[in-house]
Amino acid sequence: MNRKTQAAEVEVLDPMTTHPVLIRKTIWENDDTFTLTLDMGDYGQGFRFLPGQFNMVYVYGVGEAAVSISSDPAKPAVLDHTIHRVGLVTTALAQMKRGDVIGIRGPYGSSWPIDCARGKDVCIASGGIGLAPLRPIIYTLIKRREEYGRIIVLYGGRSPLDLLYRVELEKWANDFNVEVLVTVDRGDSSWKGHIGVVTSLFQYIKLDARETIAYVCGPEVMMRYTVDELDRRGIPQTQTYLSMERNMKCAVGFCGHCQYGPTFICKEGPVYPLPRVRPLLDRKEL
Amino acid sequence: MFIVELSDLQGLITALQGNGYAVIGPTVRDGAITFDTLNSVDELPRGWTDVQEAGSYGIRRREDDALFAYNVGPHSWKKFLFPSRLRLFAAQKAGKGFEVDPAPTGTLPRYAFFGVRSCELAAIAIQDKIFMDGKYTDKHYKTLRKSACIIAVNCVRVGGTCFCDSMNTGPRAKAGFDLALTEVMADGKHHFLVEVGSPLGKSLLQKVTHREAQDAEKVQVDRILKAAEDKMGRTLDTQKLPRVLQDNFEHPRWEDIAKRCLSCANCTMVCPTCFCSTVEDVTDLTGDHAERWRRWDSCFTTDFTKVAGGNMRMSTRTRYRQWMTHKLSNWVEQFGTMGCVGCGRCITWCPVGIDITAEATAIRENSMSTLNG
Ligand SMILES: Cc1cc2nc3c(=O)[nH]c(=O)nc-3n(C[C@H](O)[C@H](O)[C@H](O)COP(=O)(O)OP(=O)(O)OC[C@H]3O[C@@H](n4cnc5c(N)ncnc54)[C@H](O)[C@@H]3O)c2cc1C
Ligand code: SF4
Ligand code: SF4
Repeated sequence: MNRKTQAAEVEVLDPMTTHPVLIRKTIWENDDTFTLTLDMGDYGQGFRFLPGQFNMVYVYGVGEAAVSISSDPAKPAVLDHTIHRVGLVTTALAQMKRGDVIGIRGPYGSSWPIDCARGKDVCIASGGIGLAPLRPIIYTLIKRREEYGRIIVLYGGRSPLDLLYRVELEKWANDFNVEVLVTVDRGDSSWKGHIGVVTSLFQYIKLDARETIAYVCGPEVMMRYTVDELDRRGIPQTQTYLSMERNMKCAVGFCGHCQYGPTFICKEGPVYPLPRVRPLLDRKEL
Repeated sequence: MFIVELSDLQGLITALQGNGYAVIGPTVRDGAITFDTLNSVDELPRGWTDVQEAGSYGIRRREDDALFAYNVGPHSWKKFLFPSRLRLFAAQKAGKGFEVDPAPTGTLPRYAFFGVRSCELAAIAIQDKIFMDGKYTDKHYKTLRKSACIIAVNCVRVGGTCFCDSMNTGPRAKAGFDLALTEVMADGKHHFLVEVGSPLGKSLLQKVTHREAQDAEKVQVDRILKAAEDKMGRTLDTQKLPRVLQDNFEHPRWEDIAKRCLSCANCTMVCPTCFCSTVEDVTDLTGDHAERWRRWDSCFTTDFTKVAGGNMRMSTRTRYRQWMTHKLSNWVEQFGTMGCVGCGRCITWCPVGIDITAEATAIRENSMSTLNG
């Protein structure tokens, strides 16, 4: 083909190209969940994210996975990703060590809205790995603790050993006046806390319905029960936000996989105001 | 409007090539009319037509030597703008890490699509919204699309599975082309009425022998195209259809369709607007070189909606429901138009002849909602 028949390149950044970044450390949170701390290097310059957003994380030759950013948005040059080992990419990530290089592109998606919480109480309900995308909003809230009313964190795990961020949960409770309530599905000999599903923690708190903003993330069943509970407690739907998950290949609205009814989770989500998804939550196999 | 005689049509292909375009057009291959490189008018399916019905396709000889007397085949132009396989990037091992080499876009061909039907113009406009008009841009698509030239051809006969009239996408091309041709064969004449749609089209036409069309010749074309419209193979009532489908999420018809549907994904492969894709990662034997490829995917595949916690759509019932509800309902909210242009390909190429118009009608007629259409 001669030069003349070639298309002129259009000046846009290709959103599917990954960017190498360095792993600074890996911390195992439990048997199958770990937190990677990334040194963003050159790619970090100009990289800013909002709480609740996610990256596409690439392992050389293996593939990509959508992973929420679990660190403090005020420190975008060093990122945390808390990852549950479930398959190909996440297992490869679990084997990586300090000094290894992975690929990142992002950040993508919507975020937990923070302005609406100013002067209000905040109720955060989470299950399992669902606490990871909520950690950045917790960091943001406690940084200006005085601007918010009560901060309540309800968190449920399968067993005591499965709980994420145990040290931090205690620190938030002790140093930042966060009401932390934790439950597990199954206790063990050392567990003196609550046993039961996340929604059972609601019996211990009183919420000022009109003054409470709720952020919810966890397995879909957990979220369904939680929004029902919030509903029963009179929290207006417009004050509740939740983060959805679907299979995702591109994160930029091209691949079609993450469609959730009329929405694309990568574009409009993952964080949605409840009224937007309330009718969808009841639709099976949507 | 202008007239180009049949004998001068080659001039248009030559002009396109002279402008540096790789010309692609319809041609007969393996018993179907498909798209391929076009160097000469003689490579067009002259004297051929197609016969399409639900679940069947065939080509037949015509009595005359019409160049465009058939409708859309198994290929659509998306195969060029949104290729079925595309390398997204390559990565090369470098020390402990790797370097990324983005997909090159500087060496892509400049296509001239010759013989684009009106429904296909609509389909291209729909894919533009997905790949170019959102927050993110598919650079590969945009590079090809921005440099492509479009020679449309109006449908003077409609196919057995066509319903562009219902979708408001044809049979006459209204916009989105550089030139639009209508083939006229009557009273011993064989020529093309040419409409100019862009400055590029105008400059191309200047390189081709042509004359002004007379009023009678324009009226004649209006009549031919109106007659085609009246013979539409199928119809789809789109009135409030997006709502009707939402209200019938649990309609028994979905199960009825699932008993026939093979989940083969043919409908999504032939559809000119379907855009779903997946990715594949490969490495060479040494492991020093890795590539990431995108390829067409379909919402009918079993792992399309798999997540660590399970599969969101476990049955053919829910996969077909997703496909049709996306096309005719959710798409409207996502992109401001329906995702169906009425080309009929999914009906023709479905091995068991499932007909989107018939299924949507069946649901509407037994609507579980109060709307009843
Ligand atoms: C917006 C968003 C944020 C996420 N945040 C986190 C996070 O912070 N931490 C975390 O551990 N996980 C997160 N996930 C889930 C994570 O993306 C998937 O678990 C991951 O893609 C699995 O990749 P894999 O290659 O290890 O698994 P695979 O080998 O691909 O498959 C393992 C299982 O997961 C399913 N799966 C494959 N791809 C996806 C996918 N893209 N999404 C969901 N399931 C998939 C497979 O079908 C299979 O059942 C998030 C997902 C989304 C959409
Ligand atoms: S859904 Fe069927 S008729 Fe509609 S554009 Fe796609 S292939 Fe054509
Ligand atoms: S509707 Fe027809 S073409 Fe589409 S998946 Fe089912 S059997 Fe295949």
